[in-house]
Amino acid sequence: MMLAAATLALLVCVALALARAALGPTVFDRLQSANTIGTCTMLLLALFGFLNGRPEFLDLALTYGLLNVIGVIAVLKFFRQGDLGANKEARR
Amino acid sequence: MSLVIDIASGLCLLIGTIFCLVGAIGLLRMPDFFTRVHAASVLETLGADFILLGLMLQAGWSLVTVKLLMIGLLIFFASPTASHALARAAMVRGVMPLLARPGAPSSKP
Repeated sequence: MMLAAATLALLVCVALALARAALGPTVFDRLQSANTIGTCTMLLLALFGFLNGRPEFLDLALTYGLLNVIGVIAVLKFFRQGDLGANKEARR
Repeated sequence: MSLVIDIASGLCLLIGTIFCLVGAIGLLRMPDFFTRVHAASVLETLGADFILLGLMLQAGWSLVTVKLLMIGLLIFFASPTASHALARAAMVRGVMPLLARPGAPSSKP
């Protein structure tokens, strides 16, 4: 019962973050929304596994979290420096 | 005993859900980029950890609990790091807080 309610509330959270990603004035707002949606998706995967009685979904949640962190940091580095640092490596 | 654990788990899930909703509403309605980061941090630390705590209470002592603990540690360490990097990158690129006075020492990156 509580699991279903929490799943629905997290879906609402994803919808609100999606609205901010569509409205956001700067690119950093959109990136923050993407990070929030990633965290909500991890929690949704865990809750969905418990809701169906199949906790194997936790492995998917773990993998999704690692990918989310790497993605956010890489996109941030791109928007902060203008590239991913490959030119600096090649010149050395 | 199992009833007590069920009630505690439902309570943790309820508290985590409330924190998640508050964070998401703040992310949508706050006026400024930095305040939005602050609101989203509520979702990513307290909301996520309370929901994972509620799931841990339901799982009991097994491998599932260890996996939930790993997910909790990942969120606990990675998402404040991402928030810090995000705020710093925005500061470097010239996004100013709404109430910052130009030249004030607190508004330098």
